[in-house]
Amino acid sequence: MPGRLSAYRDVAPPGKVDLLQQLSKQVRGQRMLHVNASRAVGGVAEMLQHLIPLLSELGIQARWEVMEGTESFYEATELFHLGLQGLDVKVPEALVDGYLECCRTNARSLDLSADIVMTHDVPPLALVDEAPADARWLWQCHLDLSHPQRKIWSLLRPSVAKYDAVVFSLPQFAQPLALPQFLIYPSIDPLSDKNRELAPEELDQILEKLQIPRDKPILLEVSGFNRFTDPLGALAAYRRVKTHHDCRLVLAGAMPMDGPASQRIVEEVRDAAAKDEDVHLLLLNPGSDLEINALQRSAAIVIQNSVREGFGTTVAEAMWKGKPVIAAETEGITLQVRFGQTGYTVNSVEGTAFYARYLLGNPSIAEEMGRRGREVARQYFLITRHVGEYLSLMLLMGRS
Amino acid sequence: MQSSVLDHEATTPFHFIGCIELREMLGRKAADVQQLMAAIEEVPLDSIYYHTHSYFLRYEHGPTLLPNDFATWAAISVRDRALSERLGLIDPFEFRDLESLRNEVVSIIDDHLKSLWNVPRLIHGEPFEFIRSHIIEVDLAMIANSLREFRDLLASLDRSSLFIHICEAQMRKGRRAGDFVSWIESETGLGLPELAGRMATIQPLGLSLEGIRSRMLAVLDDWLG
Repeated sequence: MPGRLSAYRDVAPPGKVDLLQQLSKQVRGQRMLHVNASRAVGGVAEMLQHLIPLLSELGIQARWEVMEGTESFYEATELFHLGLQGLDVKVPEALVDGYLECCRTNARSLDLSADIVMTHDVPPLALVDEAPADARWLWQCHLDLSHPQRKIWSLLRPSVAKYDAVVFSLPQFAQPLALPQFLIYPSIDPLSDKNRELAPEELDQILEKLQIPRDKPILLEVSGFNRFTDPLGALAAYRRVKTHHDCRLVLAGAMPMDGPASQRIVEEVRDAAAKDEDVHLLLLNPGSDLEINALQRSAAIVIQNSVREGFGTTVAEAMWKGKPVIAAETEGITLQVRFGQTGYTVNSVEGTAFYARYLLGNPSIAEEMGRRGREVARQYFLITRHVGEYLSLMLLMGRS
Repeated sequence: MQSSVLDHEATTPFHFIGCIELREMLGRKAADVQQLMAAIEEVPLDSIYYHTHSYFLRYEHGPTLLPNDFATWAAISVRDRALSERLGLIDPFEFRDLESLRNEVVSIIDDHLKSLWNVPRLIHGEPFEFIRSHIIEVDLAMIANSLREFRDLLASLDRSSLFIHICEAQMRKGRRAGDFVSWIESETGLGLPELAGRMATIQPLGLSLEGIRSRMLAVLDDWLG
């Protein structure tokens, strides 16, 4: 019976599935263990949910362990997370001790037996201190470490140095380290609920439920609500577009959980929506994948206005759905959006407005950009590429 | 073309190989053209290869038409158009090995710097980040015994196979004609020198891997009639 992998033949580049099947023969039977802090929440969990079954189908003994943490463990890792991204945080010594103790406890309780152990982000980082000697350990850091708070980085760096290699999403996210540093871009799963094709009636039902009419072109931004994602910038751009083209703005994202500043941003967008019936604020629950899919498919243009963005897989998601993207010029985004070919990278609200007006006024150009964007996503940002790079990494680490 | 010629089997069949490219960051950066030149002189040849050849694996939708990373960075991040044009004209397939290619890149940058009062530096975007390429070869278990089989497999296989049999073959394996042309020409392959000559006119520079594939298929289809 054909497995899930065969379904990718219809969406991946020609020959890619054959290539993966042949490559996997070189590492078949090897044990690959992934460790992170959540099975359900966050980008890493989403990625592993899709990657692990494919690796297993290719004959890899792929497993996924999730850490059990105490309250102080999560408090510490949250502070580490913020500090590594450059915010000025202080981590009390007791929290650091609690973090290390929790890692020791997990190292005893989790089954860490494997040929390759890949830990993801900060929570399982210090597991390596208790690492079984017969495995190769890799740390995949999905964070931007380009400007970490030095005290936090100095605290964590000794654990990082014990790994056999590190994996980053972008060169700019890395730190100088005396160990191999590989580059693997994130990916999207074209067959997941967030990205699969939707039947017209399914799409209509979802948009009706969300109360988004399709009578006008939709400008869409899917992102969080905080000072980095800057939904107010998207709102300002929309107002400049609206004077020339009758359109709607949909701002969709998860309910902010990170304090009053984000709440204020939501309130401001809510006020704008109350005054303009063409502005829609959608606070989505976790797991609203079909809703995001439907919104992206119904958009005329997808905007990604974040001034600080990790890789920004929402851009690849939009491209996969054949939409032109107008996005802030940050590293992960410039890698995905080819200026003038699949959309535009911009540095201001005015830039967003200018190119949105241009694309709304030239729908055939927008359509051609969307077509190209889908091909770029197919070649470079689908999970099939990601699986191939993981298999190659296993092979390379096994040889070295 | 007579069917007996089309159908005759090669003495040695063609085995298609594909690849996955794994990128490793070297931790070496350049924020101006002088630093770029110094680093190009010192980095491993695998890095020169990555920035000039495996560009083909990423070329189809690149930010510029320029066919190597050095030229692209000069154009976009340094905004030195003259340097980018000079670097962009380098055809890596004209060099006998990567060391010669490295020397040519360095000498172009050196000549350019001598003509300027100031060292052009980064004015937009990020410093140049040196990366090396690990090419993991994969036997695709696809074998062509005849020209027809070769054509049909070429049309459907992963594009990385074109990279292996054209770029890797020429620059890292020393097989100057590339594997496809050699096999079609050789008596132990198909023994069709005229067709091999037509295939050899397809120059990779300026084309993407898919572009190369399309041109090759057009030549093969024309020959097969």
